[in-house]
Amino acid sequence: MRLAPAHTQRLVVAGLWVLAAATVGVLMFIAAFILLRGLPQVTWQFLTDEPHRMGRAGGIFPIIVGTLLVTGLAVLVAAPVGVITAIYLTEYTREGRLTAIIRFGADCLAGIPSIIFGLFGFVFFVITLGMGLSALSGALTLSLMVLPTIIRTSEEAIRAVPASYREVSYGLGSTRWQMVTRVVLRSAMPGIGTGVVLAIGRSISETAAVMLTAGSALRLPRSLLDSSRTLALHFYTLSREGISMSNAYGTAAVLIVAILGINVTAYWLMRRFIGKMG
Amino acid sequence: MKQDRIIHAALTVVALSAIGGLALITAFIFKEGLPLIVKVGAGKFLLSSDWYPTEGKFGIFAMIVGSLAVTAGAMVIGAVFGLGCAIVLTQFCPRRAAGLLKPAIELLAGIPSVVYGFMGVVVLVPLIREHLGGPGLSVLASSIVLGIMVLPTVTSISVDALQAVPRSYWEGSIALGATRWQTTHRVMLRAARSGIVAAFILGMGRAVGETMAVIMVAGNMLDVPTSPLDAVRTLTSNIALEMGYAAGEHRQALFATGVVLFVIIMVLNAVALHVSRRRGERAAA
Repeated sequence: MRLAPAHTQRLVVAGLWVLAAATVGVLMFIAAFILLRGLPQVTWQFLTDEPHRMGRAGGIFPIIVGTLLVTGLAVLVAAPVGVITAIYLTEYTREGRLTAIIRFGADCLAGIPSIIFGLFGFVFFVITLGMGLSALSGALTLSLMVLPTIIRTSEEAIRAVPASYREVSYGLGSTRWQMVTRVVLRSAMPGIGTGVVLAIGRSISETAAVMLTAGSALRLPRSLLDSSRTLALHFYTLSREGISMSNAYGTAAVLIVAILGINVTAYWLMRRFIGKMG
Repeated sequence: MKQDRIIHAALTVVALSAIGGLALITAFIFKEGLPLIVKVGAGKFLLSSDWYPTEGKFGIFAMIVGSLAVTAGAMVIGAVFGLGCAIVLTQFCPRRAAGLLKPAIELLAGIPSVVYGFMGVVVLVPLIREHLGGPGLSVLASSIVLGIMVLPTVTSISVDALQAVPRSYWEGSIALGATRWQTTHRVMLRAARSGIVAAFILGMGRAVGETMAVIMVAGNMLDVPTSPLDAVRTLTSNIALEMGYAAGEHRQALFATGVVLFVIIMVLNAVALHVSRRRGERAAA
């Protein structure tokens, strides 16, 4: 039996909507599951207390500090390098062999699994450069990992700035550098910001690379060369070793809320950018 | 202008850091891992399943099979759901629904892999154990978890590919009296084929490379799996599980596992790049 095209379409489209709804359903389920069990654990004391007995009791204050330290530093290193690369690719060169090589490098970096970054960070930063298992080693490893995200979003943002802006700037007698820094970058800022925020999100979520480079000390890191545990790794350790399910849920809830906040911020910045350029 | 030239030179140096980083990573992974592969012999390292690091026996065949099995399973789920979402988003979606679906998929991409792994352990593994038998920690559980994790990658690249198809193709087909689904299926999907293939391949790269979620739900057994309900260990989990205490040759063997993983990923990247570049040339012609 052959169905009429209109009937086939109705069936297929219904099927596709089921797939899409299931996808949204999975997301809602994960978020609800973690938040319902985790949020009740998240008290002021949980956020500001040190962990006791390997995390069985107490809070996650040093881990929050460690996470901010590692992610903050990673993005602080990756953002300027990524934005400068994007400026170079868009404003300072023509498409040629060199840009092809730079793009190839960024594309390949984007595809490398985090565990490989971890292995590399371990032999290079931790051992060869003698930084040890530390916030610094973890941050530098992560900065390489998020570099492609920042390059790509910055490049798109810079390309979206209308050519007329550049012409006006030149027409007013500015040099190329003045034009780039005062006109192009300023207009592209929300778009670049989206990339930076997404990079923060990726660094916070990362576990494998951080585990091999930043270590897992529970103490409050006092310097960049101290080992510091991040939220994702803390959650992994608590749940995997069955140390404390309630504290694991609490940590996961903090992590999910952070990711939600980051995504909302990125979305808001993107909206603003599109509004400005369109 | 002199100042302009100095700035240009400085920018060039910074812009080379991505490729420089890639070169460093490649050099160090190979430098640490290659000697052991040479010492054990590539054939034996890749094709033997005896992994007894304390006795100096290093064979990763079971883990290669494990990685492939888990990835294949993940791709079935990731491809069906990922492409389905992409089609809905680009062809059949009213604006308001797209405004919900798109951020949801982006958020799915942002959830940490440890959370996926945890959900797998708490929700999925008990379900499999009770209803299908076996230990629950299995190829099947890992495939489902990884499938959900690669879905956003597949969706976003497929959406780009579908949106790159000229609007006139769609209009031409509709004007000839085709339904929207016939247009999607016979015109849009066909025109975007190479981009969609690239999306699948990059999704595969993601699945092969994922570590933490797989450690939590795959069971990490060292045997070659014979059924989807068997526990397996993947290349990535082997590295992450043993790196903490490995030393000497054992550590080198883990880097050698990394070399194999690295080569697999680079081949997948190269294929994806090749496929999508061919598309670019055809569009330009």
